[in-house]
Amino acid sequence: MSEAKTRINKDFTNAPMCLSGRGVTRVFTAGRTRTVAVDHVDFDFHVGEFVSIVGESGSGKTTLSKMLLGLLEATEGEIQFMGKPRDISTGAKKREYWKGIQAIFQDPFSSYNVFHKIDSVLLDCINMRGGKNLPKDKKIEMMTEACSFVNLKFAELTNKYPFELSGGQMQRLMIARIFLLKPKILLADEPTSMVDACSRATILDMLLDLRDETGMTIIFITHDIGLAYYISDTVYIMEHGKFVEFGKADEVIINPQAAYTKRLISDVPKIHEEWDLSTVDLKAAE
Amino acid sequence: MKNTLKNVFHSPRFVVGFTIFMVILLTVLIYPYFVTRDPLLGLGKGFLEPGTYVSVYDTNTAGTYRVELPEANMNRMESSVPMEDRVTIIEFLTAKGVDVSHLTTANGDVPELVSLWQENYDEADVKKSKYPGFTTQAKRKALARMDARLSGDSATAKMTVTVGDGDDAATTTVNDTDYVKVNEVANSITLPLGTDNFGRDTLTELVKATGISLLIGLIAGTVATLLGLIVGLLAGYVGGILDDILMFIANLFTVIPGFVLLILIYYSVGQAARGVTTCALVIGFTSWVWTARSVRSQVISLRNRDHVNLSKLSGHSLPRIVVTDILPYIASYVVMAFILQVSSGILAEAQLSLLGLGPKTTDVPTLGLMMNWAKLFGAYTSSNAWWAYFPVILVIALISFSLNLMNTGLDQVFNPTLRD
Repeated sequence: MSEAKTRINKDFTNAPMCLSGRGVTRVFTAGRTRTVAVDHVDFDFHVGEFVSIVGESGSGKTTLSKMLLGLLEATEGEIQFMGKPRDISTGAKKREYWKGIQAIFQDPFSSYNVFHKIDSVLLDCINMRGGKNLPKDKKIEMMTEACSFVNLKFAELTNKYPFELSGGQMQRLMIARIFLLKPKILLADEPTSMVDACSRATILDMLLDLRDETGMTIIFITHDIGLAYYISDTVYIMEHGKFVEFGKADEVIINPQAAYTKRLISDVPKIHEEWDLSTVDLKAAE
Repeated sequence: MKNTLKNVFHSPRFVVGFTIFMVILLTVLIYPYFVTRDPLLGLGKGFLEPGTYVSVYDTNTAGTYRVELPEANMNRMESSVPMEDRVTIIEFLTAKGVDVSHLTTANGDVPELVSLWQENYDEADVKKSKYPGFTTQAKRKALARMDARLSGDSATAKMTVTVGDGDDAATTTVNDTDYVKVNEVANSITLPLGTDNFGRDTLTELVKATGISLLIGLIAGTVATLLGLIVGLLAGYVGGILDDILMFIANLFTVIPGFVLLILIYYSVGQAARGVTTCALVIGFTSWVWTARSVRSQVISLRNRDHVNLSKLSGHSLPRIVVTDILPYIASYVVMAFILQVSSGILAEAQLSLLGLGPKTTDVPTLGLMMNWAKLFGAYTSSNAWWAYFPVILVIALISFSLNLMNTGLDQVFNPTLRD
């Protein structure tokens, strides 16, 4: 990944808002136990911004992302989409909303329906964009283009089942899907955690290409603060369902304020220094 | 799909179960083409032992052949000197002091026993001598009766048979060397499993009953599985208030013992309305609960999978997600549940019929009804007609065994943790 691509270093504070939330909360109740997964979080994501939400496992990142996607209802709080309160009360409205926001999930192996061929995943995207009645040649052309964007050959993939691909290929195919859909917002929930380091760089590179090409907002969810620093414009640090710190990536990481952020930063292994493990909270890990 | 089927047919348990089941099914399907008789036709009165029955009347008109079997006399002896008589002869001779230590009750010794009897027995002598064990009058009379029987048999006899009546009557003499060819006799019937209390051919009845019971199992299993599947899918996938309502109903059915419910529904329907289909439907409608519960829990674990989320994000409708993203993942489980439901449907019918709550008794036989008849007419007890109930039990056991074996085999294929 080239330095030019990694960050635009642009100030997004005055850019138009695409997704924002106030007091968004999600509580899970099972019998008498009550778990607050996301606790009154406020956020403002701008058009074209690359936002990272960083936090350790169990901090509520995925719950938040599901709420942003509209797969999970918020217990409390309000989410605004493109400046208007988000309305996903009916199936048709949800479908309309999902034309604007799409996701890449953490585990490529469980993201596909193993009973369907790869073509059907891509065809669904074309149909969703209103291309249902396009001639077959045109559809194949579109799918080929999308595949070549992620360095896959459609001719080799057609008529194959998802489980015949490698993890990296599957995750790239997910990006091809986004390329076809061209949503306004892409929510990437740890898309690189299940693939090897080499594929990781390729996938991140492709996400950035996608942002540059279509100007979409990318909400990148990760536990790796180092990764977040390299690619994001804005970073939100999440601990126990709350945002403890947020701001421009440079400011947050070079000059962290919250103790939790400092710990996250010191936990990143560095190549030229001895790894500082003194901050590791063993009790918390238990 | 092809690969799954290949795996399934490589499981020895499944193959054994499948083979047994197919043999039963094919018998049920093919047998009626060979025996076209009405399975409920009464052939006689009461229980007849298994065997070939030849018309005595028709043997007289069939052509006779001369056959001289060397062991013919001995065979006659065997069939006419019963075991009790042989024992009595030995007891009598021993009491009288005749040495019979080299003789037994075996067939080969019967001619010698009979000739010794005729040499030594004298009615007046028995009365006078008071041999130990034969002092009472009853015993002596029994000996006299036996003597009469034995002296009738010992002579090689000719029989005179009168054919026709009145002026047309003609007599023919039957020699002990005259034979008829069984397939030249106009009427003979082989009853491999005898007849039941109504004189029906048990084998034909059993084949028909197996077919009907399988049909009941199939209908009951299909109804139970479909109902359970729909309730389970809706409760599991939609969740919320619908889940609460459906599970409340399911809990009601769980709390009330299914069999009691079955009996109550069945009783209220009334004998006249209880056909085979009603019977199957009632069984199906009371046994969907556990399928619904387990489908629901599987769906709950599936509905939060990423592929379902992706399908939602792709704008698929709820029915489409349920059918294409949930159902295929639980299909193997549903097939297994279906097999067990068929098996338990057959057993439920047998239980109900045994209690006298089976389908209308005049139309068709079922396995349960056959058991019920055997019980009512004392096949277990007074008549000791094992052929009227044992083959039925065997068929029920075999069907249930084969279906359960198929289920275990499938379980092994679809659940890798169970593979050896």
